[in-house]
Amino acid sequence: MSRQNWVLIAVLVLLALVPLTGSRYYVFLLTDVLIFGLFAVSLNLLLGYTGLVSFGQAAYFGIGAYAYALLIKKAGLTFGVAFALTGLSGAAAALIIGFFCVRLTKIYFAMLTLAFSQIVWAIIFKWNSLTGGDTGIYGIDFPEFIGSKTKFYYFTLIVVVVSVFLLRRIVNSPFGRILTTIRDNPERTESIGINVKLFQLLAFIVSGFFSAISGGLFAIFNHSIFPDFCYWPISAEVLIMTLLGGMYSFFGPMVGAGVLLYLRLEVTSYTQYWPFILGSILVLLLFFFPGGIVGFFQDQIKKWRPSK
Amino acid sequence: MILQVKNLVKSFDGFMAIAGVNFTVKKGELCAIIGPNGAGKTTLFNLITGHLSMDKGQIVFNDIDISRLNAHKVCRLGLGRSFQRINIFSRLTVFENIQAAVLTHRGKSFNFFTPVQPLFQEETHEILERVGLQEHQDEVSGSLAYGFQKQLELGIALAMEPKMLLLDEPTAGMSAQETRATIELIGEIVKEKGLTLLFTEHDMSVVFSISERIMVLHQGKLIASGPPDEVRANPEVQKVYMGESR
Repeated sequence: MSRQNWVLIAVLVLLALVPLTGSRYYVFLLTDVLIFGLFAVSLNLLLGYTGLVSFGQAAYFGIGAYAYALLIKKAGLTFGVAFALTGLSGAAAALIIGFFCVRLTKIYFAMLTLAFSQIVWAIIFKWNSLTGGDTGIYGIDFPEFIGSKTKFYYFTLIVVVVSVFLLRRIVNSPFGRILTTIRDNPERTESIGINVKLFQLLAFIVSGFFSAISGGLFAIFNHSIFPDFCYWPISAEVLIMTLLGGMYSFFGPMVGAGVLLYLRLEVTSYTQYWPFILGSILVLLLFFFPGGIVGFFQDQIKKWRPSK
Repeated sequence: MILQVKNLVKSFDGFMAIAGVNFTVKKGELCAIIGPNGAGKTTLFNLITGHLSMDKGQIVFNDIDISRLNAHKVCRLGLGRSFQRINIFSRLTVFENIQAAVLTHRGKSFNFFTPVQPLFQEETHEILERVGLQEHQDEVSGSLAYGFQKQLELGIALAMEPKMLLLDEPTAGMSAQETRATIELIGEIVKEKGLTLLFTEHDMSVVFSISERIMVLHQGKLIASGPPDEVRANPEVQKVYMGESR
């Protein structure tokens, strides 16, 4: 087995042991990190692998959260069915929105993803009878079989590990390889016989699926949901996590989610100037660590060990 | 006839870039298209490969009308292309560049869950060897020397096992030595695989050394076509080229 897989197994064992410490703080923080980590990794399928800058990823996160809540509370479905449909709702939304977005490139693509996410937000905000409008939906309980914070932590861990495993298989597949050729050079990819827009759309759908899964998890974790889940600051935040961790490494976004959420929790307990600190981190990052945290360490390792 | 171009017209904002071009290429022929800067050579290539859509005319490749087809479909029919600007996948390694093209050609690009690394090792290595890049296979292609990147471009085109190659200035920006080596390589490959070749080139010594037929494009029109010696002696061609300071 490769060195990377050993490291992953070690990390996984550590994560599984965390609740045994009895620390509610770490169980809470790590549940949050796992959920947003999955969200960031799914965004990075577009950003780092396909070269598509989505400024509207919150749409699928929010759609996942609302789909889950409505299916449970209004449609009265069982947990398993509702949770499966959560992912599919994100994929379906990504299919419709992506169909239009992939017709544009670069900044126009990014602006269109933002525009669509704001439309999704507006619909949820205004559709009082269904979504509860500004008040959102309250009282989303843990399903019975995962009825405690620790049990939900393990449930989240399993869902995130399976999702990340699937995403990793996808980026290491022939399909994933073609996504990276599109990122590097869409025109040339067309000239090796690839329907570039179709592949971009497929990446968009896969990303929407897993973003919605993370949104569904967050709805349960938070017990309540609000239209703000679809609002643009969430899209910006997950983008920052991805850049912070490193968009050219598969696990970078996960690391970024961990660092950002930990810092936010710590910093906000000392000072109210979190946005100021976040801004400073971003400036440092963009100037000195364009490859993010993981990219930086990978470069250091390469320097010290020039041959494999 | 492997390629037939009939009454091709393309204008940009009223500027006639291609003003009614007609020509055919026979199977196995080595043809060059020459002409001063701005004559429309690259536009002509982009029209043939479907990177641009034409205003009027018809293009038939291998008995299939490709006039309205997208670039990715044209390429699948066996019309390989290299570009004037370097056009590779710069963050991927040399091996991965070629392998991506092999994958697509073998119809494996829609495979979502098989590990990609072990696929088509042999086929990819064969092409790497053919274009002389086997020693650089693990290098990131964007950091390769210019000449190697051009060879890689050619390799990507070959990985599609094309029937016909369209090379847009295959030696642009190369030193005299690199140019000679590249041209030899292209000549060898074309003969070995029995390909048809259509290329543009600004270096006249290259053009006269490998082409069987030369077409001269000037202001969007073909003004001459024939064997190298005949074209060289053509008074109209001489006039066009005298006008340029070289």
